[in-house]
Amino acid sequence: MDKDISRRLTLWLLLTPFILWMLLLVVIPHIDMFLLSIREKVGPRQYEMGLGNYAEFFGEPFYWNTLARTAIMSVLATVLTLIIGFPVSYYIAKIARSKQKKILFMLCLLPFWVSELVRTFGWMILLRETGIMSGVLQWIGFVDQPVEMLYNDITVVMGLIYTSMLFMIVPLVSTLDSLDDSYIEAGYDLGGNMVSVMREIVIPHAMPGIISGCIVVFMLTLGNYLTPILLGGKSSMWFTGQIYTQFITRFNWELGAAFGFLLLALSSLMVWGGLRLSGQTLASTVAKS
Amino acid sequence: MNFDLECKNIVKKFDSFTAVNDVSFSIPKGSFFSILGPSGCGKTTLLRMIAGFNNPDSGDIQIKGKSVLNVAPNKRPVNMVFQHLALFPMMNVAENIAYGLRRNGMVKSDIDVKVQEALERIGLPDAGSKRVDQLSGGQKQRIAIARCMVLNPDVLLLDEPLGALDLKLREHMKVELKQLQAQFDTTFVYITHDQSEALVMSDQIAVMNHGVFEQVGSPQELYYNPQTAFVAGFVGDSNRWHGRVVDLDATSVKVETESGLQMSALSVGSALKKGDDVDIFVRPESISISVGKDGNVSDENKLTGKLTNILFNGADSRCLIETETGEEISVNMPQTGDFNDLQRGTDVTVSWRQDVAKCFSHCADLDEEQ
Amino acid sequence: MIPSISQSPFLRFSYATYVGIFFVYLIAPLIVVAAFAFNDSIFPSLPWEGFTFDWFFNDTEPKLGVFHDRSILKGISVSFFVAICVTLLSIAVGTSNAFLFERYDFRFKSFAYILMLLPLVIPGVILGISILVFSNTLANGIEDSLNWDLEFLRPGLVLVVLGQFSFITTIATLVISARLRKFDISLEEAAYNLGGSKFDVLRTITLPYLRPAMFGAGVVAFLMSFENFNTTLMLVGSDAPLTITMYDRLKEGSTPVLNAVSVFLMVGSAFLALISILFQKEK
Repeated sequence: MDKDISRRLTLWLLLTPFILWMLLLVVIPHIDMFLLSIREKVGPRQYEMGLGNYAEFFGEPFYWNTLARTAIMSVLATVLTLIIGFPVSYYIAKIARSKQKKILFMLCLLPFWVSELVRTFGWMILLRETGIMSGVLQWIGFVDQPVEMLYNDITVVMGLIYTSMLFMIVPLVSTLDSLDDSYIEAGYDLGGNMVSVMREIVIPHAMPGIISGCIVVFMLTLGNYLTPILLGGKSSMWFTGQIYTQFITRFNWELGAAFGFLLLALSSLMVWGGLRLSGQTLASTVAKS
Repeated sequence: MNFDLECKNIVKKFDSFTAVNDVSFSIPKGSFFSILGPSGCGKTTLLRMIAGFNNPDSGDIQIKGKSVLNVAPNKRPVNMVFQHLALFPMMNVAENIAYGLRRNGMVKSDIDVKVQEALERIGLPDAGSKRVDQLSGGQKQRIAIARCMVLNPDVLLLDEPLGALDLKLREHMKVELKQLQAQFDTTFVYITHDQSEALVMSDQIAVMNHGVFEQVGSPQELYYNPQTAFVAGFVGDSNRWHGRVVDLDATSVKVETESGLQMSALSVGSALKKGDDVDIFVRPESISISVGKDGNVSDENKLTGKLTNILFNGADSRCLIETETGEEISVNMPQTGDFNDLQRGTDVTVSWRQDVAKCFSHCADLDEEQ
Repeated sequence: MIPSISQSPFLRFSYATYVGIFFVYLIAPLIVVAAFAFNDSIFPSLPWEGFTFDWFFNDTEPKLGVFHDRSILKGISVSFFVAICVTLLSIAVGTSNAFLFERYDFRFKSFAYILMLLPLVIPGVILGISILVFSNTLANGIEDSLNWDLEFLRPGLVLVVLGQFSFITTIATLVISARLRKFDISLEEAAYNLGGSKFDVLRTITLPYLRPAMFGAGVVAFLMSFENFNTTLMLVGSDAPLTITMYDRLKEGSTPVLNAVSVFLMVGSAFLALISILFQKEK
C-alpha cells in the first residue's frame, strides 16, 4: 500500500508542472482571448458582450479580403513547396548514395539553423532594386536599368516556400526512405513505366509524409509574419500583420483578439481537415516533423 | 538442515489469472537450483517475487530463515542476473561491477580492490576499462554475474541469461556457469525453458507448469523417474503414444493406442483405472532395433516397420521408423557399427521392455507440441 | 527512378541539374548575407568595394562594427539570457512530462497528450497575443483588487520567456520522451536489485541515459528561443532580444552591420550543431 501512495504522490508531482504549463500558458490565455474578442466597447471603460468585433470583420471587405488572400496564398505556397520539394526529396532518398545522401540532407537542414530573419534579409539583398539580381540582369544586358523585385506577391510566395521547405523535405525524405527499392524494381519488372510506378507505388507510399508536410507547411505559412512583411512590404496584406496592427499600433485589442481567433480557427480547421482526409492523428503528424 | 531459500505456499494472481499457485520449496545452501518450465508457466513471476519486484498474494519467502516479504528489493540479500543482462551502457565494466558497492557506501579504494578481484575471478583481469558494447556475449554474461557476486548475495537469481546467446556459446556457458557456481559456492536459482541447460547445470530441478511444481528432483530422477506425463514429455526426448487403459494389475498396465496397438507399460503416479485416458513414454535409447521382420526378442513390446530416415549426428544418431500402423518411432542408433550401412526402406523390428515404458494420466499440454 | 533502373542520360542530367539549382536557391541567401558582411561599403549591396573587417571591429561611425554597437550587443545579451532561461525551463518540464507520459497512466491521458501537442499547431503570433491578453487581464485584476502593480505581467522579458517556453516545451517533451521510450526498464530493476534507492537509480541510471536527449533538446530549445520572432514580437517590452533589434534596424534601412551579426549567428549555430553532432557520436 505504501508503494501505491508514493506512486500517486510522484504522479501528482509530475502532473503539477504539466498542468501549470498547460492551463496558465495555453488553455486559459486562449479562453481569455476568446472572451476579449466577444467584448465590445460601448463607452469609456464600459463594455458589453457581443459579436460586434466579428461583425466588424465581416462588414469590412479589407479585413476579410486580407484573411482570404492570406489563406489562398498559403495554399498556393504549400502546393508549390510540395511540387518543388518532392523531386528533391526523392533524389535524396532514392538516388543519392549513402554519403552524398547525408550531405544533401544536412544541406537541406542548414537554412533552418539560421534565423528566419537572416534568411529573409538574404533575399532582400538579392532582390531589391540595388540588389544582386538586379545587378546581374543589368550586367548581362537583360535589362537596362535597376529592377525592383521586392514587394510583390511572387516574391512573397517564393520567400514562404523557402522558409517552409525544410518542413516538407524532412517528412518526405523519411517516408520515401522507408520505401524499399525492390517495390520500384518489382513495379518495373511487372511492366510499369516511370509514370505508372510513381503514381501507383511511390506516391501512395509517400502519402503520409505528403500530408504531414503539407499540414505543417500550411500552418507555418498562415501564421508567418516576417517573410510577408519584409518581402511584401506595406502592401503585403498578410493577416498576421493585421493582428499586429490592431494590437500594437491601434491598441484595439478586442478586434485584434477576434482576428487572432479567426486565424486560429482557420488554421485548426485546415489541420483538422487534413488529418481527417488522410486518416492520420495529430500525434503521428507532429512527431514526424 | 540449513536452507538458503525457502518458499512457503506462494500464491500470485494477476486479476483472474493465477500465475503461481501454492508453490513451496526449499533450497539447501550452495546448490544450483533450476526452475524449468515452458513460457507462461509462472517461473519468471516466482523469480521476481524472490527478488522483490512482485509481492506474493499469500505465502512466505525466507532467506536464511528470515522472512523477506517486507524487505524492499534494494535491501534483499539476493541479486539477479537479468534475461538481457541489463549491464549499464553508460558505464564501463569496472563501474558496472562497482555499482552495488558504491550504493553500499564502500570506500573507493576498497571498491577498486574488490572489482579487480572479481575481474580476475571471472578471468577478465584487463576488462575493467572496457565499454560494455566492446564485450562478447560470454564476457557480458560473466560481468553480469560478477556484478552481483561482489555483493556476496545469499542467493543469486538468474533469469534465462543464456537465452540470447547463439547455440555454440550457450553450450560453452552452461559448463562455465556451473563452474562459476562451484567457485563462488553460492546458491543459484536459475530459470529456463531449455531442459538441457537445466539438466547439465543443476543439482536440483523443479519442473513447473501452470503455476505449480510438477516434480522436484535431481536431473537423474527427473530423467529416469518422471512422476507426471508433463515431466516425462518435457524433460528429454521420448516417443509418446496416447491411448486407453484396457487391463491392469498392481504395477503394469495394458494400453490400446489410438491406432489400435497393444502395449504394456509401467504405471506411474496416480492410480489408473480401466478406460482411463493415458500417455505412454519410451525413451529412444531404451528401444532395441534389429534388421528383419521377425527379430526374435523377449521384450514385452515389439513392433515391425520400415526404416524411413537416418538422422546422423555422431553418437547421437537416430533412426526414424514407420510402423505398419503408420506411426513414427525414433530409436537411438546402436553404436556397435553393425548398423552403419543401414538403408532406407529396410524392414526392421523394434522392441522394448515393459519397465522402460511409463504410463501416466494424459496431459493435454503436450498435445500441441507434437 | 532508382540507380538500378537505367534512365536516359538526358533525363538523368536534367534531374541532377534541377536538384543542383534547388540547392543554389537554398544556399544563395545565406552566402550573400555572409559575403556582404565583409564589403567595405555602407550598404549591403553591389558594387563590391573591397574586403574589410570593419563591420565587426571598427569603433567609429559610420562603419560601427558589431563588437562596438551597443544596441546589438545588448540584444545579443538579452537573447542569451532569454534563451538560457527557456532552455533550462523547457528541459526541466520536458523531462518531467516525458516521465509523466511514458511511465504513468492516468485518466484523460490521451486527451492530455493531444493538449501537450497543441502549442506546435498554434501560430506563434496567436500564442503571443493570447499570453499578452491573459497576463494583462491578470495584471489589471490584481491592480484593481489588491492595488499591486505586478511589473512582470506587463510586456517584458518574463513574458517573452514564458511565451517561448510555452511551445518549446512541447518539442523538448517529444525529444526526451522518444528516448525514454527506448529505455530498457530492466536496467532500473538491476540497479535497484544491486542496492540502489529509488533516487539513486534515477540519478545514476535513468538520467544519465536520458542525458543525450536532454542535451539535444537543450540545443534545439536554445536555437529556437534565440531565433524566435513571432511570439517574441507580441510580448517584448523595453529590453529587445536580438531578433527584434535586428528587425527594427532592417526597417530603418540596413547596413552591413546586420550582415556581420548574421555571420555571428551562423557561426554560433554551426558551432552548436557541431557540438550536438559530436555529443551524439560519443554516446
